[in-house]
Amino acid sequence: MDNVDGAFLSRRVVAVNNPLLDQLPSYQTLLYRRKSSGSSSTKRRRVSRGRYGSTSSGGGTQDVRGKCAYGRTQDGPSRSTTEHRLARELPLNMAEKRRHKLQLYRDLSGWKQWRSSAGHYLKRMREEGSVVFSSMQLWRTDIHLIEGMFGTGILSYFSFLRFLVLLNFMMFLLIFSFVILPVIVAKRTLFLTVYVFVCMCSEIECSVYPPRSRQGLVVFHQYITDLLSGTGFLEQTYLFYGSYMVESIQFPSFSYSVPIAYLLCTIAYLLLSLLWIVKRYSSVCSVCVSDSFCNKIFAAWDCCITNENAARLKHKSLLYELKTDLEEERIRQKIAERSRQEKCRIYTLRFTLNLFVICVLAACFYAIYIATIFSQQIQAQVKCTCASQQYTFIVALIFEYLPSIVITMANFITPIIFTIIISFEDYSPAFEIRFTLLRCVFMRLASIGVLLFSLWSQIRCPETDCPCGYNKKLYPCWETHVGQEMYKLLIFDFLIIGAVTLFVEFPRKILVNHCDYALVKWLGQQEFAIPHNVLEIIYGQTICWIGAFYCPLLPAINTIKYYLVFYIKKVTLVNNCRPASRPFRASSSTFFFLAVLLIGLVLATVPIIVMSNTHTHTLSTGYCAHYSEHDSVSNTHTHTHTHTHTLSTGYCAHYSNTHTHTHTLSTGYCAHYSEHDSVSNTHTLSTVYCAHYSEHDSVSNTHTHTHTHTHTHTHTHRVLATVPIIVSMTQ
Amino acid sequence: MGTKASKLPKDLLSEYQELTFLTKQEILLAHKRYNELLAGEDRHLPSPRVPMSKILTLPELKSNPFRKRICYVFSTSELRDGSLTFEDFLDLLSAFSDSATLEIKSHYAFRIFDFDDDGTLDPGDLEMLVNCLTGDTEDTRLTPEEMRQLINNILEESDIDKDGTVNLSEFQHVISRSPDFVSSFKIVL
Repeated sequence: MDNVDGAFLSRRVVAVNNPLLDQLPSYQTLLYRRKSSGSSSTKRRRVSRGRYGSTSSGGGTQDVRGKCAYGRTQDGPSRSTTEHRLARELPLNMAEKRRHKLQLYRDLSGWKQWRSSAGHYLKRMREEGSVVFSSMQLWRTDIHLIEGMFGTGILSYFSFLRFLVLLNFMMFLLIFSFVILPVIVAKRTLFLTVYVFVCMCSEIECSVYPPRSRQGLVVFHQYITDLLSGTGFLEQTYLFYGSYMVESIQFPSFSYSVPIAYLLCTIAYLLLSLLWIVKRYSSVCSVCVSDSFCNKIFAAWDCCITNENAARLKHKSLLYELKTDLEEERIRQKIAERSRQEKCRIYTLRFTLNLFVICVLAACFYAIYIATIFSQQIQAQVKCTCASQQYTFIVALIFEYLPSIVITMANFITPIIFTIIISFEDYSPAFEIRFTLLRCVFMRLASIGVLLFSLWSQIRCPETDCPCGYNKKLYPCWETHVGQEMYKLLIFDFLIIGAVTLFVEFPRKILVNHCDYALVKWLGQQEFAIPHNVLEIIYGQTICWIGAFYCPLLPAINTIKYYLVFYIKKVTLVNNCRPASRPFRASSSTFFFLAVLLIGLVLATVPIIVMSNTHTHTLSTGYCAHYSEHDSVSNTHTHTHTHTHTLSTGYCAHYSNTHTHTHTLSTGYCAHYSEHDSVSNTHTLSTVYCAHYSEHDSVSNTHTHTHTHTHTHTHTHRVLATVPIIVSMTQ
Repeated sequence: MGTKASKLPKDLLSEYQELTFLTKQEILLAHKRYNELLAGEDRHLPSPRVPMSKILTLPELKSNPFRKRICYVFSTSELRDGSLTFEDFLDLLSAFSDSATLEIKSHYAFRIFDFDDDGTLDPGDLEMLVNCLTGDTEDTRLTPEEMRQLINNILEESDIDKDGTVNLSEFQHVISRSPDFVSSFKIVL
């Protein structure tokens, strides 16, 4: 019995018995926390420790009394404060206690009374607010269902998905309210009133410009192509950068500079994402992530489990986890005991395997590069010859989607290679998983980088024959083009997620359930692998961040996409999958998701910064080379002339040649040749896509003249592109 | 202090509210559930007890591997049969409630894990604890070799004074650094 009582002595005595424990800094923080929680538990309503007394009052064995003695001695010093607190707290619930509270309040000064009652009121409001807020949360019931069935690891994936939906929606709101809405308003008022704002040049031309020279009878499947690849009728919509060719909007009292708003919006949404991620990150990190055995043993059982099946599963997964952890520890010991010779062998093996991995990565990147270039060239060819009929619908679509297909293939094959390779490298199991994951992350995110790089190499052209700094012949508005590529990647990613669920996971489930072949049984049911699923959505998010600059509606599309992905994943989880045999801990997984997401964000910022810096030319000359320095516009007319054309390319550059003017308008698709000699035979050029040469010297005199005339008339900033047409019509 | 009437007297209710971490609704629900377990004739005794076998039919405790330990720890019965009065039952629910402090939770957790009631977690206690976690049957147990390794690891992490056992303050110290403990040590009716 001595033993028993000794064990439940007060904490102070135990601490003396345990001088080592007392010296631990973490123990000191624990003591501190206890103290502060004691004082902060004023916030709790029904705090009472006096109930130990009532427990033992019912009588009991010595043993029980001894235990209760522990409670009493420990709470002795804080008892008076507890009483005080209790009296203050409880009247909130009980009518009888309210009197008691009033009595206590009379002892307090007026200021303190007011402060505490105000504090209570605020706290109650906050609690009610949080209850209302949590009931309004998106997918609350779905997420609870998933938690009950599959545990907290998979729950963290879904709450991460919800976070991304919200983030995308906020990004969309930001862009919509500061860029899209003003432009839409401005464009609408353009038709109602006289041109309110400056150089809405593309509008009239765009109305002439048919979706990629498809006029008259358009085959139905071409609409599908357009929808999937963002070309044709989609190209002129607000989806892409090209539609925001508004220099500034002249409101009655002030002028709204769209380019600046656009740039600030980009910075703002990147910052918003960064801050939001960091905020989530900090809330995760505040819980110290502990991987110790003690955490696994003492906090192992989830007492919330009421389902017997779930309990059985929990037993199994605990056993598995413990076994693998012990195994890992043994392997770690074995590694420590390795001889030098063995070490040498393993390091050389790892080195060669890493070289091999690099080769695989390089091959993938090269394939992406080749595919992008090839796809771009085919697209350019189709554009130039207007001969989309050359390829059938499906083939043309495949060519369009070639980069996306290659990237998806690479992302599908490389993880398999990596998991095979890693088993030879002889790492510890936990490190194996992490390292494979790291390679996959690199593969996923770098493939986007390679795609951008190859696109960039196509857009850029040699200095000599490139007055505008980029290949205007092929990419009249390269920003729109990049936006289209990102749009395609996003759509394709979504299609793949849907297709894999429908055509791989679902049949697999049916096969496993209804076939008895050994192979099928060995394959087993699909496991819901959290890391790969997370990688998939982070890949999509990175594309969205990059693409949002070129395709401002991409966050909206991404919101819708993730909204649907949530349901797809939920259905496949509940119907097709079994829980992973190796559980993924909630605390570590959330950490991992956010870390990878942060890498994705950084990766997305780099191309935006690089592209906007190296090509300040195209950027500052405007949306698709418009936004120009005002003084140069007003001073030199040849300059304004050039600007008009840079602007109008892509939509339709027009002939200033009066002869062919009507003809051009009807095709609506061609080029403005300022070059004098070629003006004479423009007929041949009418079908050729838009070559606009801006050699200013060769511009004909009469031309410059007419422009001068109109410009003085319109005072430089008026619907520039309409000017030549109007002029030529009057001629 | 009796639960003679099926309806809980108001002053008692408020007292319970004061003395536990439970809300009014939770106490009323607990009272209802407790009375369902109580046999008809027992209701008229001054302080009736529900035997452990009946308490364990609650779905909240049914699949818990520590269900018997929980009953023993919270029982005030002199026979040490794990039977619970209504107040014991409330104590149980209070310790497992959402708003209970870490200190109280870890205190009760220690007593639950202390299978031989000697005030320390010795290797024997730890072995029983691990067996409870992995399952009762023979094939779900760890091998003796693995068990020894695991217990050594646990002691290495938590036994600060190196006396071969884990005492309460050592246990509370370890628990305070475990991120998952508070969320897992929870029973809601």
